[in-house]
Amino acid sequence: MRPVNKTTGKLALLAVAMFGFGYLLVPIYNVFCDITGLNGKTGEINIADVDPMAVDRHRTVTVEFDTNLRELPWEFVVEERKVSVHPGEIGEAVFRVRNTSDRDVIGRAIPSVAPTQASVYFDKTECFCFEEQSLRAGEEKEMVVRFVVNTELPLRFASLVLSYTFFEVPDNKTVNRNEAGFQIKNKS
Amino acid sequence: MSEAVAHHDDLHDHKPTGIGRWLFSTNHKDIGTMYLVFALIMFFVGGAMAMIIRAELFQPGLQYVDPLFFNSMTTMHALIMIFGAVMPAGVGLANWLIPMMIGAPDMALPRMNNMSFWILPFAFAMLLSTLFMSGGAPNGGWTMYPPLVTQLNDAFPFLIFTVHFLGISSIMGAINIIATVFNMRAPGMSFMKLPLFVWTWIITAFLLIASLPVLAGAVTMLLTDKYFGTSFFDAAGGGDPVMFQHIFWFFGHPEVYILILPAFGIVSQIIPTFARKPLFGYESMVYATASIAFLSFFVWAHHMFTVGMPLAGELFFMYATMSIAVPTGVKIFNWVATMWKGSMTFETPMLFAIAFVMLFSIGGFTGLMMAITPVDFQYHDTYFIVAHFHYVLVPGAVFALFAAIYYWLPKWTGHMYDEKLGKLHFWLSVISVNVLFFPQHFIGLAGMPRRIPDYNMQFAEWNMISSLGGFVFGLSQLLFVWVVIKCIRGGEKASDQVWEGAHGLEWTLSSPPPFHSFTTPPRVTDAVAHS
Repeated sequence: MRPVNKTTGKLALLAVAMFGFGYLLVPIYNVFCDITGLNGKTGEINIADVDPMAVDRHRTVTVEFDTNLRELPWEFVVEERKVSVHPGEIGEAVFRVRNTSDRDVIGRAIPSVAPTQASVYFDKTECFCFEEQSLRAGEEKEMVVRFVVNTELPLRFASLVLSYTFFEVPDNKTVNRNEAGFQIKNKS
Repeated sequence: MSEAVAHHDDLHDHKPTGIGRWLFSTNHKDIGTMYLVFALIMFFVGGAMAMIIRAELFQPGLQYVDPLFFNSMTTMHALIMIFGAVMPAGVGLANWLIPMMIGAPDMALPRMNNMSFWILPFAFAMLLSTLFMSGGAPNGGWTMYPPLVTQLNDAFPFLIFTVHFLGISSIMGAINIIATVFNMRAPGMSFMKLPLFVWTWIITAFLLIASLPVLAGAVTMLLTDKYFGTSFFDAAGGGDPVMFQHIFWFFGHPEVYILILPAFGIVSQIIPTFARKPLFGYESMVYATASIAFLSFFVWAHHMFTVGMPLAGELFFMYATMSIAVPTGVKIFNWVATMWKGSMTFETPMLFAIAFVMLFSIGGFTGLMMAITPVDFQYHDTYFIVAHFHYVLVPGAVFALFAAIYYWLPKWTGHMYDEKLGKLHFWLSVISVNVLFFPQHFIGLAGMPRRIPDYNMQFAEWNMISSLGGFVFGLSQLLFVWVVIKCIRGGEKASDQVWEGAHGLEWTLSSPPPFHSFTTPPRVTDAVAHS
């Protein structure tokens, strides 16, 4: 092989590899966020693994709840705006959604914990955000979240906010756009 | 040209004629010329957009254009200036000069060279066509952050495929440059004898090959997110829009060095010539350039300090960013040390080179200020960052390109350019560019956000001054075009060496050089090795 072709081949290979690396950054980012809680996503824990003896009764943490909808014809509320729990104890919150439109809608809730540095210490045993929620026209549903605040939570955090945003699942997204290309809310 | 002369040319150079000469060209000089002409045209297209921006910002309130179009202008101005003007101009210079500097007859892969150029006009035709589409041209910023960018209408796929094409073109150009330098050096031209321009281009080419495919991946993810139901960046499907920023800036930071490293190379050629001294610290220049390029892959998140990173991340990216100031400082020191006690003369290329060293340093220092995470929260997305990157790109990269054209144009055309007009162009440019960009530091610190067509009354005076500087700078560039045209048409005959203090293989060729640079490999002696 001509030396020029050899160099060219190697460099072309490098370019292809770097294209692959761009995609590899996606799992790397997700693993990195899992470890650090960088993007506010929370941890998961099996309810059997929660040790009732490990509850730290000397400390109380306030967990506040926040509910948002993005272009979804639903109502989304939480029964109690905030609860106080001891780290290690199983806490519970009840959320309610109602489909106010006259069509069936599938939604998915994306959780986020603020401050983000605390999100790795927030583990859920049960969450409606793990799967898609399908609501018929006018249907109402009650959903429960069970969570444990890790006993390792640094002392500087006295309260956390757990926020949910319900999105319509992309497959049946029926977003209208105006002339300028901006999305306008569905009027339904 | 008479028949006899044309025939004579044919015998020696096998030069095709007519439009075919340009369309099917495999000659490094012709392709270099096309790259440079294309870059100049794009410089004026992007410049016209900048004029619209400055006209709208001349006074507070909405004057001439609607806000959406204004945002298209800022977005398109950036895309065109980065990918259409500065990068092709750099590749054009590389095409013209690298074979002449290393003692080769042409580039290693001439057909690929032709392809990588001819992709560009089509890519930019695609991008510019979006101006006439419903919903308008891309207006979410050149960084293409989702979810804003995926809300574009018809322009979206055009934007994505333009980026793909530009990436393919640049990667092919970069492969060609490395293949040429690695395989076609004249005997005796060892790596540590290469002129610095060639060195900076090797390193730039590696940056291009390593970073542009990552951008291609990122925009492909945008494309599939919008049309094929993936959710890389769509929160609704469990994706994360912040991840786009990480992937984009993993490309984006090396990209800024892709724009500036060739400029470093140009200045390292010009200053020794007019100081009549060899370059101070040649080896340290090579190592400094390589370290800047290496470090550029570990600092991307300083573009996104405000997205909410953990403290450890902010500290890491702050220190990593600041460490780049060390090799950059080495380079500035070396340029100044080269001038120290030199027999300096101040022809136009030297004036532009000295202005580069001074004004690029200002841009570098504001960059250091923004590397400090806590204060960056104030500077982020204000006119301060606009002032910063325009200082490193306009009196930085663009001035270096002007310097290069003035420096090598006599070699390329065989005629001296008009020194008086060249100096006039320099003084008009250097004064107006400071009037244009320096006040933007003040309004940025005072809190004026970027990419917004209207602003508070308190910013009115400085914006007006900035716009006036902008108009003068824009008009001054017409003078540059005139100087170049005049020089191509005729003028005082240039000698082979052109400049008294010029050293290097390209100055041993005739002015203008033969169609195929070195048909027999030259002897590389210390005198011609590097200046």
